[in-house]
Amino acid sequence: MYELINTTLIGITSGSIYALMAIAIVLVWRSTRIVNFAQAGMALLSTYLGYEFIRIFHSFWIALPLAMVAGALVAALIDLVFMRLLVKHASQGPIAAVAPIIATLGLLGVIRAFISFFWGNQDLAIDSPISNVGYTVGTHTLAISPLKLAILIASLALMGVLTLLFQRTNLGLALRASAFAPEISRLAGVRVDGVRTLGWALAGAAGAAAGMLQTPNGTGTLSPDSIEFSLLLVFGFIAAVIGGLESLLGAVLGGLILGLVLAFVLTYISGSLVFITGFVLLIVVLIALPRGIIGAKGARRA
Amino acid sequence: MRAVHKIKSNSTTRFIFFIALGIVLFLLSNRVDELRVYQGAEIAVYVIAISSLILLTGYSGQISLGHGALVAIGGYAAAVANINFHVPIWLTFFIAVLVSALFGALLGAAAARLSGPYLAGATLALAVGLPSIANQFTVLGGEQGLTFDAGMPPASLGEDFTVYKWNFWIAALATLAILWLLQNILRSRYGRTWRAIRSNDVAAELSGIAIGRSKVLAFALSAGIAGLAGACLAMLVGTVSPSAFPISLSFSLLTGAVLAGVTTLGGVMIGAVVLVAIPEIADAVANRFGGSESVTSNLPGLLVSALLILTVLLVPNGPVEQMRTIRSRKGVASHH
Amino acid sequence: MMSLRISNLTVDHGAIRALDDVSFEIARGQLCAVIGANGAGKTTLLRTLSGLKSATSGSAHWNETNLLHGKAEQLVRHGVSHVSEGKSVIAELSVKENLDLGALWRRNKKESAETKTFIIETFPRLGERLEQRADTLSGGERQMLAIGRALMSKPELLLLDEPSLGLAPLVVAQIFQAIRDLTTSMGLTVLLVEQNAMGALKIADTGVVFNLGKVVANDFAPALIADPAVRAAYLGY
Repeated sequence: MYELINTTLIGITSGSIYALMAIAIVLVWRSTRIVNFAQAGMALLSTYLGYEFIRIFHSFWIALPLAMVAGALVAALIDLVFMRLLVKHASQGPIAAVAPIIATLGLLGVIRAFISFFWGNQDLAIDSPISNVGYTVGTHTLAISPLKLAILIASLALMGVLTLLFQRTNLGLALRASAFAPEISRLAGVRVDGVRTLGWALAGAAGAAAGMLQTPNGTGTLSPDSIEFSLLLVFGFIAAVIGGLESLLGAVLGGLILGLVLAFVLTYISGSLVFITGFVLLIVVLIALPRGIIGAKGARRA
Repeated sequence: MRAVHKIKSNSTTRFIFFIALGIVLFLLSNRVDELRVYQGAEIAVYVIAISSLILLTGYSGQISLGHGALVAIGGYAAAVANINFHVPIWLTFFIAVLVSALFGALLGAAAARLSGPYLAGATLALAVGLPSIANQFTVLGGEQGLTFDAGMPPASLGEDFTVYKWNFWIAALATLAILWLLQNILRSRYGRTWRAIRSNDVAAELSGIAIGRSKVLAFALSAGIAGLAGACLAMLVGTVSPSAFPISLSFSLLTGAVLAGVTTLGGVMIGAVVLVAIPEIADAVANRFGGSESVTSNLPGLLVSALLILTVLLVPNGPVEQMRTIRSRKGVASHH
Repeated sequence: MMSLRISNLTVDHGAIRALDDVSFEIARGQLCAVIGANGAGKTTLLRTLSGLKSATSGSAHWNETNLLHGKAEQLVRHGVSHVSEGKSVIAELSVKENLDLGALWRRNKKESAETKTFIIETFPRLGERLEQRADTLSGGERQMLAIGRALMSKPELLLLDEPSLGLAPLVVAQIFQAIRDLTTSMGLTVLLVEQNAMGALKIADTGVVFNLGKVVANDFAPALIADPAVRAAYLGY
């Protein structure tokens, strides 16, 4: 019984981090029709910056928002100096469909190399800001600790803020409109290029939050070729696809579903099958529910 | 009639060209030192793996960020066949091709229903997920992996014929065979079908091409070739283990394919040579400018990534295709 | 004198010349119908004037604003609104959001609220469906929404691309009547591109006839209707 509860708790916590990464992927996909495989690198860079902020301010909770701002700036810069150029140059010819994917992969490599230049190849530690020892009920230890609870609250709060921003503000209207119909939005007076950069910035901030929260929740260490961040990218992508790749709500649900499925596989089947389960789940969703659980029109072929 | 004759003579010319290339490689392998021979074998393996990716991406229009996983399957298939079923070494290469192709066909059946970013993400998830399976089944040897010993060269080749040279010979032979095979397939009905789908899948479907089957076939063939690269790689390294097939292998292969020019097989050597040469170039550059340890170890990655970005931005279809386009434009201009 | 002045405008689509040395003027407050066969360059004309497409040579001015030097999102701020071909509404957004989108850039929120009230009075059907997604609307309602969205930007020059496309004859008549009324009541200057040449000329003050990228006739609308050559080629009798 307690095992069941604990598995569920682990699933929800890690799922909420996947959800943040999924949100980052959905944001860029919606505004540019590009799946940003550099998102892992951007999140990693932001987390390294967050590591520096922790050293300066001695507080994880001050460093978290600062890392998100830094992540937003990095992402905006990437869009301004790189993606705009790419969209202009590589939008024709037989590899037009794969060029953005390849370019974001190249970007990932550049960011990783950049990180090792500055921080070296050794592991850096981000200590858990509060206790990561589970609460106890009677003689049982639950898999929810003050840290995990804080991660859960922080992720849910971020999702809430983003949802409000998108659904209730003029900026959100401009963001959604530019994603669905850039030309009509321009005719309505929306500065689509600027809005797109803003979409990247928001994605950068969400990715930074995912990276900052995942690190103390996971191994607690950072390294330039961190497997953890590759996994974050892959799981974020799978979560986004489960949610239909178009919807923020879908990304959140997708993250939680994926987190739960992986937690149950880990507990009840085998730890070494977790990664391949992600792949199998992705394929099953892509074939059985081509529009994801939230389903937007024509998502798959767009 | 003339056209038919031309095609025929072309294919004969190509055959002779490949034989000549083989002889040149053979002579070359006797002239250079051990390290170069080993690098030559590496290049050969990369050529095989990259051409499998070019076939998939450039000709059938499907992307794979996880070809490293298919290479891994080939390597493991060869090792398992050799260790557990005592299959002779020469036969394990064929088994690697078959097993990978079978797996590729399965993957292709799913892939045929996905477009660009979805397929990219799915193959990436495969590359991340597959290696850890080795820990699940003891027959795959866990983290330690399996040994794969291709054996010593036959004594008849002489005393000073080293293992490196022997491995190079095998890899080079496999490369030539694959390139020759691909050249012919791409010029066949299948090659034309793939190109038609790549440029316009709706039009292709309307002209009666079975898109799904054709894409699955491309995926299976590509996977089989990647599997051969895996067996060759296992032979070079002597072992197969999860850490020998990291995600970065998949990314390197894609980089090689892009540098080679995804749309043509012609540049495949460029991609392979660059991948093998870059660590050495980076080393030389770092030594020259006295860079620190962190610069030296990261320069290769930076160079590869920067090249990737520049290629996509400046010559999206690859250097070879670019030159061809320029030449044909000049040709058109001179007619006016 | 306030007006739309186009002179020697030439626009290319790659190797194809879409507009060839086009010149004409429209005085303020006039409704001008642009007619001609498919591929005559009518849509290209509107896309060039609204800043979506760049011109090869020539000039186009709305009052003091050079239409060839601005991007679409800037020209809106100078009073140029373009309703592009095929019911330019955003299907995934609600009716209200589509309308609000047109006024996002306006600073004076009180004024834009008044504009919205006016639009809902003009098209009461939109008022009944404010919270619905735009793709649940009928074709005519969508066209009304597209025009409404353009009006939210407080235009002086309205560029309309085939508002009658795919609509039932009765709905077409309603839309045309609404365009005529709005032109008069809001003091708009309207460039109305239409395949439905007769319907457009009937509500228009002036008309321009295009053929293969060139202006072949430019006159008062009644004169064009009476012109035997125009009748034979474009009005079908």
